[in-house]
Amino acid sequence: MKQNIIDIAYLVSAIMFIYGLKRLQSPATARKGNQLAAMGMLVAVAATLFVQQILTPAQMLIGVVVGGGFGAILAKRVEMTGMPELVAAFNGFGGAASALVAGAEIARFLAPNAADLMGGAVMGGIDAITISLSILIGMVTFTGSFVAFGKLSGRISGNPVIFPGLRVISILFMLGAIASMVYMEMGAGDFSVAGFVSDPVVQAALAIAVIGAVLGILLVIPIGGADMPVVVALLNSYSGLAAAATGFVLDNTALIVSGALVGASGLILTNIMCEAMNRSLFNVLIGGFGGDSDGAGPAGAVSAEGLTVNSTSADDVAILLSYASKVIFVPGYGMAVAQAQHAVRELAEELAKKDVEVKFAVHPVAGRMPGHMNVLLAEANVPYDQLFEMDEINGEFETTDVAVVIGANDVVNPAARHDKASPIFGMPILNVDHAATSIVLKRSMRPGYAGIDNELFYNTNNQMLFGDAKDSITNVINEVKAL
Amino acid sequence: MLTNLIVFILASIIGSEVISKVPQTLHTPLMSGSNAISGITIVGALVVAGMVGDPWAMYVGMAALIFATTNVVGGFMVTDRMLQMFKKKE
Repeated sequence: MKQNIIDIAYLVSAIMFIYGLKRLQSPATARKGNQLAAMGMLVAVAATLFVQQILTPAQMLIGVVVGGGFGAILAKRVEMTGMPELVAAFNGFGGAASALVAGAEIARFLAPNAADLMGGAVMGGIDAITISLSILIGMVTFTGSFVAFGKLSGRISGNPVIFPGLRVISILFMLGAIASMVYMEMGAGDFSVAGFVSDPVVQAALAIAVIGAVLGILLVIPIGGADMPVVVALLNSYSGLAAAATGFVLDNTALIVSGALVGASGLILTNIMCEAMNRSLFNVLIGGFGGDSDGAGPAGAVSAEGLTVNSTSADDVAILLSYASKVIFVPGYGMAVAQAQHAVRELAEELAKKDVEVKFAVHPVAGRMPGHMNVLLAEANVPYDQLFEMDEINGEFETTDVAVVIGANDVVNPAARHDKASPIFGMPILNVDHAATSIVLKRSMRPGYAGIDNELFYNTNNQMLFGDAKDSITNVINEVKAL
Repeated sequence: MLTNLIVFILASIIGSEVISKVPQTLHTPLMSGSNAISGITIVGALVVAGMVGDPWAMYVGMAALIFATTNVVGGFMVTDRMLQMFKKKE
């Protein structure tokens, strides 16, 4: 009976998760959807606590208060520009929790009073598989997410870290994980009550935890800054799979359903990101593609081939924009770095006052995580109906007077269309070069993340406005106001 | 075990159907929100930490509980904060 009530509660919470996610299909209903999912979580937790009559010692309360308080502080304090690393960190916490629950399950099987705790059940072969998978995926998610966190927050270099033998070492560690699983499988069901650490199951579990931790690091360090959206989405998927694996360990449908939902969500995002770069997931994971760039560097106006670019000034840009009938802004990671989103919104508003039609074109992989630019622009109060996805807006550049590129580079490089030798060949791009005039705001002529020169800059109808994006936009706003 | 697998597969299919229709604009909230849902491990942590009897199970379960609660509370709150900012033109 009691079990029935719990199962029904889990079903209710699963339904609430699904409908909560469904409401994320529109910005108008999204907030309600998130709240519905949070309520679903409350139902699952309440059912577990009260119906199952789990003893509620002070420690449990402490756990919830400490964890909840910590999470709340992080959520309240974070700047919108810090969102990618926060999402990465939360993924890591989820992974760690899954690995730990599986570890605690071993401790319960091994406890001297295991017969009472587990209802006389002994750890079987299937338990060994699910527990070891849960620990492995959980630990990979944990360390992988924190390396991603370090890269995104600038605590570790965003450049890909590759050393000879990296792949061989990764493969060896994967084989080690499989060997440890087999070892645990053989040790299952036969426990030596004598020693905890000397027990083969515990040894295998610890080995898997260490291997998982190292694999997580090895998985993320070779990946460059520009590929981070893929990694963040993939780790998101792992955190779901880790929860689902824990569900298999505990025979708990709530965990399996929610884990599967999140796993699917992360995989879909990963896939969208890969398609937007025209690269396979395997190709991204091998890493070594692009690091941090566009930092300090000499501002030159002559390329290696001797092509020249047109440099322009804030007042010229102001005149161009004020007398245009249609302007499209193309934001990129450089806008996030310069924190220029508020200035961009102000400029858009000033132009709207002069009856200029203003739109924003957002490339799927612009920024450091899926949807990064949209969140920043939403923070700056840009209405979401002014933001357009690549496929929606690409045909409109033909009829656009000025396209303003703010800190984006590879996603507007026409070489992706025709230059078969280019590393970004085949990647879908925003057709900025089809606009009557394009203006690129950039700190210097240094190449983008793919480390290649951008053809767009040398077009005769393109103008470069060099300098910090925020300062440049502010200058343009002042000139526009003065007109 | 087989029942669990069936549940897992069906849930994955539902998840794919629902989530593939989420617009690009909401991809970040989708990630942080779904990440909070993956903090469902909190239920597992509660089960393990609650069954007192073995000190080891309790310590490890406690740690799991703290991580999972951080994930759940932080994830839902930050998603709410973001979604609050998405406005239509007035």
